[in-house]
Amino acid sequence: MDISTQKPQSPPPLPQPSVTEQKRAARGATRPGDRIFLGLTRGSGILLLVIMAAIAVFLTYRASLAISKDEGNFLTTFEWNTGAVPPVFGIAVLAFGTVVSSIIAMVIAVPIAVAIALFLTHYAPRRLRGPISYVIDLLAAVPSIVYGLWGALILVPHLNGLFGWLNDYLGWTGVFSWQDGPPRSMLTVGVLLAIMILPIITNVSREVFRQVPQMHEEAALALGATRWEVIRMAVLPFGRSGVISASMLGLGRALGETMAVATVLSPSFTIQTSLLDPGGGTFAQNIASKFSEATEFGRDALIASGLVLFVITLLVNGAARAIIARRKEYSGANA
Amino acid sequence: MAKRIDVSGLTAYYGSHKAIEDISMTVEPRSVTAFIGPSGCGKSTFLRTLNRMHEVTSGGRVEGKVLLDDEDLYGAGIDPVSVRREVGMVFQRPNPFPTMSIFDNVAAGLRLNGSYKKSELGDIVERSLKGANLWNEVKDRLNKPGSGLSGGQQQRLCIARAIAVEPNVLLMDEPCSALDPISTLAIEDLIGELKERFTIVIVTHNMQQAARVSDRTAFFNLAAVGQPGKLIEIDETERIFSNPSVQATEDYISGRFG
Repeated sequence: MDISTQKPQSPPPLPQPSVTEQKRAARGATRPGDRIFLGLTRGSGILLLVIMAAIAVFLTYRASLAISKDEGNFLTTFEWNTGAVPPVFGIAVLAFGTVVSSIIAMVIAVPIAVAIALFLTHYAPRRLRGPISYVIDLLAAVPSIVYGLWGALILVPHLNGLFGWLNDYLGWTGVFSWQDGPPRSMLTVGVLLAIMILPIITNVSREVFRQVPQMHEEAALALGATRWEVIRMAVLPFGRSGVISASMLGLGRALGETMAVATVLSPSFTIQTSLLDPGGGTFAQNIASKFSEATEFGRDALIASGLVLFVITLLVNGAARAIIARRKEYSGANA
Repeated sequence: MAKRIDVSGLTAYYGSHKAIEDISMTVEPRSVTAFIGPSGCGKSTFLRTLNRMHEVTSGGRVEGKVLLDDEDLYGAGIDPVSVRREVGMVFQRPNPFPTMSIFDNVAAGLRLNGSYKKSELGDIVERSLKGANLWNEVKDRLNKPGSGLSGGQQQRLCIARAIAVEPNVLLMDEPCSALDPISTLAIEDLIGELKERFTIVIVTHNMQQAARVSDRTAFFNLAAVGQPGKLIEIDETERIFSNPSVQATEDYISGRFG
């Protein structure tokens, strides 16, 4: 029991480090263990940079070989004909398809993932949390080709109803009109990608929400906040940057997803104004579909498209970091 | 405004563990009542039963009565959320919302209640910050985050946030234990001013603090570790610290304990 509070006591004198110890501390690591660990960590960091640089150099070099011979405009051409003489190819369709399908996936997946994460951390009874988290982890472990097969065999036939409904009620917008053909469109890809990125966004968001300090939630409760108001005042603002990071992880997967997209999409080098009409393509899907039968030059052209995907991913990550950094002083990291 | 608290036969549990047993006391309005006692004696638990924060902890439940004037806080049909809007609380560690500005922190409770006019909000925030003796230090940076303030300022911000909604009672759970002596003094002075308007209950480990700020002092103790904490006695602070009626109280405050 602590009774020292009764009388003010001077704290016990701290042991003073000797002069040599102070010097050693100032100079940094000198012990073998410290040196080895420093070397390992620094080496890992440098290795990462070297790998990134190597990928960038490889992509840029091979891409430049192809682009220099491209008769069309590489950015705006709606065609991919690397075998023609002279070759004509462009990434407009792929960029559109990649971005649009990923945006659809994010719009569907992020709200659901955040809702599941909030349910698991703040609403679900304790004994339900384990099983639900386990199922979500399982969802993350399913290989993408299995998602692709499931998408082609189960999802696509079942989307006929949804597409018809969207066409009936929202067809007038042009974005949700549906002429004909199987429901193997950008929306199909977006729905499938949403299911695929749901687990990672859910898991990371759940961890973030779980780390909200108890004292912030109690602060809100003590002011007379309901459960939802606690979430709005303390949990969501605190978890904001974490949810953005989680979404970026999901977006990264959506942008680069290959087999699942290739399995459910009817690819074509056209941009459909309607999300429901079949056609279009994504970078990764296009590379996967064409790579095995491509000539040396055709491969360089595909690599050029891969370089664009690389750049888009970098830009997206940079934008996410900028969003997080903008409100850093409010992030709660210094609380 | 300030209301009287009447507790009778209050027992609180964490799951099957009985944390405090059969506590009855009266807390006078417009006064400061201090809870002292060794660690684990249940004084913080008891404090948290007074605004129904105890039941937020998993397994937390309460038996007995807590009357705020004539209203039983644990009566049927009483919403704990509305209880907490009437009984404010300041915590051991300053906990301003890190994602909110100083202004928004103070306005947080008002916005929850929705019981204010837009034009009044600025005035209420100013009045609350002045009431917490913080206005002069922050008036030029109301839009900066509250987490950028010093620990003592943060704690006064939390007090401003609590009094902005004009609660009937203000509970303080060791409000100075994370603060330096100067900040502690500032909070103690503030408590002296706030008791003109509020009923204040403060848990403290610092007996000198209890002697300095409180009008009445309650001493809690537990028979042994694992046993429930009990109220040993409650009396005028002066009497508790000079001539307590129970031997255990005298042993505790004179440091001859255990």
